[in-house]
Amino acid sequence: MNEPKITPQTLPEKTAGQVKTGKKFEGIMGELYVPLFFAVLCLLGIVAAGLNPRFLLNEIIIRLARNSFLVLSLIIPVIAGLGLNFGIVIGAMSGQAALIIITHLEIGGLPGFLLAALISVPFALITGYLTGLVLNRAKGREMVTGYILGFFANGVYQLIFLVLVGTLIPMSNPKMMLSSGIGLRNTIDLIAINKALDNALLSSVRLGAFKIPWATFLAIGLLCLFTSYFTKTKLGQQMRAVGQDRHIAAVSGINVDRIRLIAIMISTVLGAWGQLIYLQNIGTFNTYNSHEQVGMFSIAAILIGGASISKATIWNALVGVLLFHTLFVVSPLAGQRILGIPQVGEYFRSFLAYGIIAVALALHAWQTKKKAASREKE
Amino acid sequence: MELNMSKIKRLCSPDHLRNFYEKFGLPRLIISLFLLGLFILAFIMKMDLTILLSASLDRIGMNGLLVLAMLPTLVTGVGLNFGLPVGFVCGLVGGVISLEYNLTGFTGLFTAMLCALPLAILTGYLYAALLERVRGQEMMVGTYVGFAVVAGMCIFWLTAPFRNPSMVWAIGGTGVRVTITLYEHYSRILNDFLAFKLFGVTIPTGLLLFFGFFCWLAHLFFRTRTGMAMVATGANPMYAMSSGINVRRMRYISVMLSNTLAAIGAIVYAQSYGFLQLYTAPLYMAFPAVAAALIGGATLKKATVGHIIIGVVLFQTLLTIALPITQTVLQGTDISEIARMIISNGMILYALTRTERG
Repeated sequence: MNEPKITPQTLPEKTAGQVKTGKKFEGIMGELYVPLFFAVLCLLGIVAAGLNPRFLLNEIIIRLARNSFLVLSLIIPVIAGLGLNFGIVIGAMSGQAALIIITHLEIGGLPGFLLAALISVPFALITGYLTGLVLNRAKGREMVTGYILGFFANGVYQLIFLVLVGTLIPMSNPKMMLSSGIGLRNTIDLIAINKALDNALLSSVRLGAFKIPWATFLAIGLLCLFTSYFTKTKLGQQMRAVGQDRHIAAVSGINVDRIRLIAIMISTVLGAWGQLIYLQNIGTFNTYNSHEQVGMFSIAAILIGGASISKATIWNALVGVLLFHTLFVVSPLAGQRILGIPQVGEYFRSFLAYGIIAVALALHAWQTKKKAASREKE
Repeated sequence: MELNMSKIKRLCSPDHLRNFYEKFGLPRLIISLFLLGLFILAFIMKMDLTILLSASLDRIGMNGLLVLAMLPTLVTGVGLNFGLPVGFVCGLVGGVISLEYNLTGFTGLFTAMLCALPLAILTGYLYAALLERVRGQEMMVGTYVGFAVVAGMCIFWLTAPFRNPSMVWAIGGTGVRVTITLYEHYSRILNDFLAFKLFGVTIPTGLLLFFGFFCWLAHLFFRTRTGMAMVATGANPMYAMSSGINVRRMRYISVMLSNTLAAIGAIVYAQSYGFLQLYTAPLYMAFPAVAAALIGGATLKKATVGHIIIGVVLFQTLLTIALPITQTVLQGTDISEIARMIISNGMILYALTRTERG
């Protein structure tokens, strides 16, 4: 019912851009500025590192398959105006909880992986709901709140798997647990579902010299389709309206808090699946650390792809993963070749990840402030 | 029903009791009770309380200035200074410079502070200029600026032109080591200054005096013209502006003050710890300081020196005694790290989600 009222709000931007082609060009350049800069940086790095192109391509294929799903899971909250969802760390933890369960039950292969995906859904829905409740109480500060919430959830996660397992939660499995019988080991081997998804489909079909994880790319493609379809549904349009202006959306009869809750829950579930895909590719997992960096790396990737806090597309996510992970592969080697110290490259890479997030956040806040100021003048 | 209502009313009627509870706040009450519980547990387990108390006092003085660094930005409404590492690394640079010239004792300590000061003021100014442009998102931007500065400084440490063999890598001769011992320089010099024992508890007099001195300075500062203007800025920026206060300037001053306190705090922290920790060590420095300030009762809108002192005492005592006590009780399982994570981040969440209503 609300649809006709809302869609016009999203349209003017597009049409205005099409009318003034000069402005449109500027707009595109503005959007491409960040990815172009990083593309140049990648090229320089590749030249400096003197990498074998076959090795590089192979690495990139692996990393695209490994990380794209996680990065794509960030898009929907951005549309709903929640900013970059630092809370996908919580989704990642839900995924890991499911993995722990199937490893304990010793269900391997593709069935094990799918079962883990299924088990992770209720966990992710519940934690996502709680995340949404907290974020709804911190409107305007969602990102810093989500970020801290990630740390908080990490504490709860550790409490459960380091202290409660074996004491309050009955479990005994000497392969997975510490010798004291309380708490899980630091690393858990995922041999049973190692590359379960990567090799699920046409694993013998190679593309030239490269091994392609077809099924994983299929999953990523499906998620892309889902995301672009979702934004066109009524719910997706409502999210867009909420993202553009909470108050106008509320006035036109949208339950803003509910829409925001749904956005976060979807993102959390996708985050859980993304973490499962990530871990089945790696093959082992650090019970207490694997999820920690997920949020930061995914967010840095999507920002490098040209997304901002209020706008993110599938292409931003995919290009971002490509560029960020090329830099990831290249920078230690480039550091080694240029300065003779490999650590320089490693530090440079974390400097980039932190720096790009800081710059993106600062630019966004700066622009919003400027816009507000110019609106006041008018 | 009627009876019930009147009963409830009667129970709530002592206004001072209610007032006390509201003023004290639920989280502080829970933390205090938890702390009390831990002490009782320690007493039952017949643990040596004097050691626990000595260690707590050490930690309070060690972290005090870092928590105090939260005060200026909270007062002017800039929010929690998650960019604490920016100031912290300035302190580390000061410390390393003082070591490069092999200075020892109080000369070394104060040289480190003097070297750190101009750096902290300069970076504080730049940091303030950035925060001013991102008003409303100061905390998130601050967090990542802090991270980026720490990561950038890692490259600096690796390539810095320091020559003193006691602190550069033994192999290769360039780049500073990850941890540098201060044993021969000014390790624990403030802690041991006039230290004495009281009922078996070691009192680090110099350290506590140093912290107390800065608290006193802060207390005095907020009575001066500038200080009052800062309080007004935080309480109501529009009102402050209309009464002729340069709100922008007040925010700049508060960030620079916070940055400077963080730099000095870093040196105090290092001398008490006995080591300078470089590279990624300062990454998460802001979080315990933020949590302590909030546990003390500070909010995003209002903070006093009292809040800071209560906060650092409660939080650091809790952290210090939780580890040995839980280890004794649970035999080997270390929940103090987990408790720290849950309590400190829970506290920050509480503050972030609460003020929306106010």
